[in-house]
Amino acid sequence: MVEHIDITLIDWSRAQFALTAIYHWIFVPLTLGLAFIVAIMETIYVKTGNPEWKKVTKFWMTLFGINFAIGVATGIILEFQFGTNWSNYSWFVGDIFGAPLAIEGIMAFFLESTFIAVMFFGWNKVSKQFHLTASWLTAIGANLSALWILVANAWMQFPVGMQFNPDTTRNEMVDFWAVLFSPVAVNKFLHTISSGYVTASVFVLGISAWFLLKKRHTLLAQRSILVAGIFGLASSLFLAFTGDGSAYQVSQKQPMKLAAMEGLYQGRQGAGLVAFGILDPSKQQGDGKEAFLFKVEFPKLLSFLGYRNPDAFVPGVDNIISGGYKPQFDHVDPMEQARTFSAEEKIIRGKKAVAALGAYREAKAADDRATMDLALQELKANFPWFGYAYLNAPQSIIPNVPLTFYSFHIMVYLGFYFILLFTVVLYLAVKGKLEHQRWLLWLSLWTIPFVYLASEAGWVVAEVGRQPWVIQDLMPVMAAVSKIDATSVIITFWLFAAVFTVLLIAEMMIMIKQIKLGPKDGGTK
Amino acid sequence: MFETMSIETLQAYWWIIISILGSLLVFLMFVQGGQTLIYTIGKTEPERKMLVNALGRKWEFTFTTLVTFGGAFFASFPLFYSTSFGGAYWVWMAILFPFIIQAVAYEFRSKPNNFLGHKTYEWFLIINGLLGTVLIGTAVATFFTGSAFSVNKSALTNLLDPAISRWQHPAHGLEAVLNWRNVALGLAVFFLARVLGILYFMNTIDDENILTRSKKQLVINTIPFLVFFLAFTGALLTMPGFAVRPQTGVVFGESLKYFHNLVQMPMVMLLFAAGVVFVLLGVALPLISFEKNASSGIWYAGAGTILTVFALFCLAGFNNTAYYPSTYDIQSSLTIHNSSSSHYTLTAMSYVSLLVPFVIAYIWYAWKAINSKKIDAAEMEEGGHAY
Repeated sequence: MVEHIDITLIDWSRAQFALTAIYHWIFVPLTLGLAFIVAIMETIYVKTGNPEWKKVTKFWMTLFGINFAIGVATGIILEFQFGTNWSNYSWFVGDIFGAPLAIEGIMAFFLESTFIAVMFFGWNKVSKQFHLTASWLTAIGANLSALWILVANAWMQFPVGMQFNPDTTRNEMVDFWAVLFSPVAVNKFLHTISSGYVTASVFVLGISAWFLLKKRHTLLAQRSILVAGIFGLASSLFLAFTGDGSAYQVSQKQPMKLAAMEGLYQGRQGAGLVAFGILDPSKQQGDGKEAFLFKVEFPKLLSFLGYRNPDAFVPGVDNIISGGYKPQFDHVDPMEQARTFSAEEKIIRGKKAVAALGAYREAKAADDRATMDLALQELKANFPWFGYAYLNAPQSIIPNVPLTFYSFHIMVYLGFYFILLFTVVLYLAVKGKLEHQRWLLWLSLWTIPFVYLASEAGWVVAEVGRQPWVIQDLMPVMAAVSKIDATSVIITFWLFAAVFTVLLIAEMMIMIKQIKLGPKDGGTK
Repeated sequence: MFETMSIETLQAYWWIIISILGSLLVFLMFVQGGQTLIYTIGKTEPERKMLVNALGRKWEFTFTTLVTFGGAFFASFPLFYSTSFGGAYWVWMAILFPFIIQAVAYEFRSKPNNFLGHKTYEWFLIINGLLGTVLIGTAVATFFTGSAFSVNKSALTNLLDPAISRWQHPAHGLEAVLNWRNVALGLAVFFLARVLGILYFMNTIDDENILTRSKKQLVINTIPFLVFFLAFTGALLTMPGFAVRPQTGVVFGESLKYFHNLVQMPMVMLLFAAGVVFVLLGVALPLISFEKNASSGIWYAGAGTILTVFALFCLAGFNNTAYYPSTYDIQSSLTIHNSSSSHYTLTAMSYVSLLVPFVIAYIWYAWKAINSKKIDAAEMEEGGHAY
């Protein structure tokens, strides 16, 4: 058999995972946030006993149900794709990665699926309090499921709490709490769920604004705007706070991703944050050309945000490739604390680690203890760069810079825009002047697609920005992919694309119709 | 508590958890079985609405159990996850696609402006019911009959071709349908799911026409179920199996292995026999005295299904048996010892497993609350949430 790395297979496997993740993420944020908004509305209904709040609750709950079903449909595919398309990965880190997935099922999915049935079918079958509890438990279940899958994702970005076992050729968990409470995991969870809350708030705000424009269901719209405005403003402020925390983690643990987010090729002390910039599409790493055709910067802000020091040195793409700078965080391997290795040196060390693993296993088969010990020492010394062995050039560690840069900036611009929008809307709503500002109502409606854009852009930054790694520094995509023919993956890619697209169209058509129909029994003044 | 257990004990504990989840999944596939009968038992639109709504209140349990089964298998036996899912690519994809379309079918079916029309969504349910049951049954049968794959953990050191698990048949899992034993189990699961679906309708729906047709269909579907189940069981107990030498981990062929397992594990034999008796009881009681037993058949047959499937998983994984045998390279066969997670992970996961009784308790409580009154035509017209 001819041995080779099948680039087509890797690209299509990545595309299939990206496709599924993008579709899944169209539906999940709304579920995360709308579940809480509905629960808050129902709480007001139960506290006040006012039936108008019940109508408000039931209307949004209907939209929640339509969205929830398709989120579930895309979610099951993601879980199984770890096995179907990334089988080597599944063994190499399954000992750590599988646990959060299983806990997600046991702890979160059952909670969600049990109580969502009570939410929808229990109105006349269970007490008010039990129904309200079910609504809150559904929201908690949805957010708990986000916790576990995000812990798993964070671990891929910053692997902790594990040890490589050469006998089983896999990483094994040694500290569950380190995995769960890794600072990357905590930040990622908080940032991601708050992005879901903002998505749902914009969704509720936009649709309610449309009702006001059409002068229909105005009471429902006013009340919904109040809940979404408060929830949205609090969530978008928290989103900015956790976004800062996430970027701070990235600068420590994934400096190449940070460099791509800012289009920073030549690192410098007191680096500025790009406020607006257009990248030169012809820019190549190491060509010495300026990366930007045009840019406006906030001086020293990147150093300050990334390192909490306005004069800190921020490495760029070129620096990370060539190495030799002093890293500013102490979590890096002791061998790199004085100066970082070049990518080329890391590849050499990675190859040493892999060769040592081979030598260890051969020696073990021959029961040659002395060689085993030597090989093990060599493996341990070079394991932090294990994944580099599979790369064919130092430049392989550079992600798609333009895609990461523009996605990051679009996400940030929109994030601040949402804060402004919620502030203005809430102020005018409280003053009772919102209904007269038709331009603002139209703006609120047309913000809905942009909140989805921001949310997807965030994941593009997180996932494209860490390429080629499936597990940072330890396993690149080419070592993780399943041994199947590319044609099979191409066929399933198009099948998924067709099915997901048809279902998305159906979902949007149903959703728009339900919105136009409005609440089943009134909701007007 | 779990820390002090040996790795072998934890591996056995997790095989039991997987077996419980697998057996619950097969029981909950009454939803799939019922989906294949919506046109057979429901002759009018209001009747079909009642059938779909009866199933629609439970479909997520089946779906969630499938997802949890996958997650738990990944966490406890990751080499199976990587070998089977990455290798038998097409069979797993053929199983997953019908579950995508099922998930939206209930919610979208009766909604206005649903793009594809309600009949399309009903056919989504039928496709899911047919393929989901037959293919899962067929895939599980390969736990006994084997598949063509190899596992080489040293492959990771080959920088140009590092795949550890490799499937050795170009059909990537679909070749399982060429073995009649696999298909027999697939069809047995299909007809069992239909029997369970019918019994669930009897338990949940209050409509004379539906109950009359359900009773007729119960007989029609029990006969092929028994034929395929007995054919598979007969084949299983007479075929050679894949045994493991406990000291060395070497896998070898042993004639009548699964028969030996049954005899050497009397508790499993008891569970298996009790399971079969309960399933038959669940079918027979409503046929003998319909008025009295129409509602309770599902509980007998459900309990019987859980016990039988649990016993089958025990036959596959315990008593020094390779639960996922390789017909290409017998030493690549997966056992609960060579494919499991580490002691630490199994310990951590075992603590999480303590939540399972609580999960079952709240599911039971919610189920009772929602099913406190049977579904009838009047409820469908009330205007509450309905599919």
